[in-house]
Amino acid sequence: MKTPSRLIRSTNLFLWIIPLVFLGLFFFFPLTKITQLSFARAEGGFFEGLWEALSTPTVSKVVGFTFKQAFLSTILTLVVGLPGAYLFGKFQFRAKKILRALTGVPFVMPTLVVAAGFYALLGPNGWVNEFLMRILQLETPPIQFVNSFAAILTAHVFYNTTIILRIVGDYWSRLDPRLEQAARVLGANRWKTLREITFPMLLPAIAASSLLVFIFDFTSFGVVLVLGGPLFSTLEVEIYYQTISLFNLPLAATLSLLQIGFTLILTIAYTRLIGRVNQPVELSSREISQQPLISWRNKILAGLMIIFLLVFLISPLASLGLKSFSGSGPGSAPTLSFYRALGENPRESLFYVPPTTALGVSLGYGLITVVLALALGLPAAWALAKKNLTLMDKVLDPVLMLPLGTSAVTLGLGFLVALDTPPLDLRTSPLLVPIAHTLVAFPFVVRSLTPALASIQPKLKQAAAVLGASPRRITREIDLPLIGRAMLVAATFAFTISIGEFGASSLITRPEYPTVPIVIYRLLSRPGALNYGQAMALSTILMMTTLVGMLIMEFFRVGDVGEF
Amino acid sequence: MKRIGVLLAGMILLIAACRANPEGPKVLTVMTHDSFAVSESVVAFFETNNNVDVQFLEVGDTGTAVNKAALSKGNPLADVFYGVDNTFLSRALDEDIFEAYRSPILEEIDPIFVLDQSYRALPVDFGDVCLNYQISYFVENNLPAPDSLEDLIHPDYADLLTVQNPATSSPGLAFLMTTVGYFGEEGYLGYWEELVANGVNIVNDWETAYYSAFSQAGGTDPIVVSYGSSPPFEVLFAEEPMDDAPTAAVTSPGTCFRQIEFVGILNGTSNREMAEKWVDYMLSPAFQEDIPLNMYVFPVNKNAILNETFQKYLEVPEITAEISPNMIAVNRETWINDWTEAVLR
Repeated sequence: MKTPSRLIRSTNLFLWIIPLVFLGLFFFFPLTKITQLSFARAEGGFFEGLWEALSTPTVSKVVGFTFKQAFLSTILTLVVGLPGAYLFGKFQFRAKKILRALTGVPFVMPTLVVAAGFYALLGPNGWVNEFLMRILQLETPPIQFVNSFAAILTAHVFYNTTIILRIVGDYWSRLDPRLEQAARVLGANRWKTLREITFPMLLPAIAASSLLVFIFDFTSFGVVLVLGGPLFSTLEVEIYYQTISLFNLPLAATLSLLQIGFTLILTIAYTRLIGRVNQPVELSSREISQQPLISWRNKILAGLMIIFLLVFLISPLASLGLKSFSGSGPGSAPTLSFYRALGENPRESLFYVPPTTALGVSLGYGLITVVLALALGLPAAWALAKKNLTLMDKVLDPVLMLPLGTSAVTLGLGFLVALDTPPLDLRTSPLLVPIAHTLVAFPFVVRSLTPALASIQPKLKQAAAVLGASPRRITREIDLPLIGRAMLVAATFAFTISIGEFGASSLITRPEYPTVPIVIYRLLSRPGALNYGQAMALSTILMMTTLVGMLIMEFFRVGDVGEF
Repeated sequence: MKRIGVLLAGMILLIAACRANPEGPKVLTVMTHDSFAVSESVVAFFETNNNVDVQFLEVGDTGTAVNKAALSKGNPLADVFYGVDNTFLSRALDEDIFEAYRSPILEEIDPIFVLDQSYRALPVDFGDVCLNYQISYFVENNLPAPDSLEDLIHPDYADLLTVQNPATSSPGLAFLMTTVGYFGEEGYLGYWEELVANGVNIVNDWETAYYSAFSQAGGTDPIVVSYGSSPPFEVLFAEEPMDDAPTAAVTSPGTCFRQIEFVGILNGTSNREMAEKWVDYMLSPAFQEDIPLNMYVFPVNKNAILNETFQKYLEVPEITAEISPNMIAVNRETWINDWTEAVLR
């Protein structure tokens, strides 16, 4: 034997090197620098600061609320997402691709716009309330949605259901149904089969997607601020307030580290759990695992589920689309004037950009993010998908998730103070935008690829090796086709994260090249019906472009990769 | 392997690309907040006359921009910083981000705008945060339009008002300070308690207040905290041309808070001479007259002439709340905390 363990170890190091250099340069270095600088402004050290922060009733209340809303939001997202994942995973039906593409659109929409959509539907003057008031002859609107805890939960489910749908749905579609069938034949009922066969097999995908959803909810900012209103505050909101309003950097840094610490603990718990359950499961082709909707029972169930998803995920977006075509006066005729106005620059403003330019900028950043995130995420996922993880893998696994749990405000200031000397004076470089997006997209890529990679049967590879295939050929002909679908899921996430990210307040941007969300915010921050209408019109354009992009990805196939 | 090699090469290229900064025409960099806007011709005029390329950097909202200027002190991001207002002026001055410059154009500016007597921050424009109301609501309901802060706690005006949270919104903070200025530090919390009893609606941001809660945009409340300039902008940016503004601002003595925005030369610039020219230009009528239509705020230069829509629809309050930047810096946290305690708990 020619020391295979050394070979494995050096391959392993090689896989980790690029992700680690990237994280070191664009995450740990900026974070360390801003933390040092923040504590240098305080009298006490970190632990004194931490103790002081935690003993303030406001802070402990904020921490408690942050956990509570994230926990409840995640549960609700699972409740909505898992039946949908079942539908997408187990059945073949005509509208599936379009439906799945539609459910991904909320992910990219700016919070202020989504809030406007919810207001139009459920606000005190919203359509639902007006309808109920007319029907039930009420004096006051029956639904109090705005500025409520329910609004936060609803918006989180609205945004994140797609994560469950995609990760679990994809995994489910490739589970070998023969085990379940065997259990049924042996007399287990539907429920028992689900509980004892299907659920354990799905657990890696459920755990990975729930972790992502939880961390997203845990660090929620826009939703809590805009839809939750002044009564609610998460750690992320508090960090923003301490940093921007009060310039209390030591407290902000303490809260940031606290948030990162919680993320780390959570992720460690996750990797422990997953280490125990992550057995390779027999994956099979879709032809075997998916069935057409034949029985009436299934058709009705599927119909109900589709209607629910459409009403819940699409109606707030549709209300934006309606607003973009309706004139400002009550009862005025449909109009295209807002769309026309988007193409005009009556004041000859220097920073005016036509919507096509903004779309181009957004798509460009999106593509760079996809390339970067896949290039970093693939080797990392590869290293983590091995059966026997080395100590290095075990330590690095949870570390990868940290950027997702880090405050954007803190990291933005970190970039400013760390990347300020040539050759790395990137403070004003447009490249910083896709780099920041990649930090968020990268954990998604790793988490959606790892379960798929880990599920590849070693038997297959061994057989190929025995038959004389080179390692590279094994990768190309076994691994790649098997994980092709998961790669598409990962790429879709990276793309949508980039398109929807609104990093304007944490990064420095060149006003001549704004992304679509930045232009939407610019329009929304000005008075006048025409400005508001234009914001709605541009949001609709963003929605449609995203939908087209998702559809292209849905129908995209390279040989067998797309559909397996 | 090959792919990773290509990738590495790509990353190195990326980094190298950012480093390349060839010697070209002289560049002046201006950092500013994300509401900054200006006409193309106005900047082009300066560029041609001074053989310079002016680049702008948007660095976030006003508070974020000041923080970034403070944290990059010594190795500044730009030569000039425009956009710090009187609510953040103390922070900017304490952090020592500006070099003093006594521009000759200050002669044309009313001294009440010059808040920094050592000329580190020079006034460029002002805007008033005032109560706005939808005119038609009050006509239809036979109710006199609100005229004072006291009106808002009268039962006739119950459930009609939306304001912003001062912790998260700059007009929200301005309105809180209006009440501090009007009722004094002893009286303002009592006033707020009465506002709460009268059904005030509080949201976190101006966008939600103005576009979702305000009845002009389809909400339920006909009174909202916004800017004195909002009514003329409802005319200028109407979907169909209109003759009368649909909204109006309350400008009675002491009911508005004046935000003044400043420009300054950043400490450590290597471009001092050109920076001075730019500051002079921003204060001169050519630039000042361009401000209102782009940024919704108004020139401080006495010689700048306003567009006719503004002359017709803009109401400028004569007496605004009196609160100095230093008072704001010292009390911001206390006022916000006390307000939160009294209003939200």
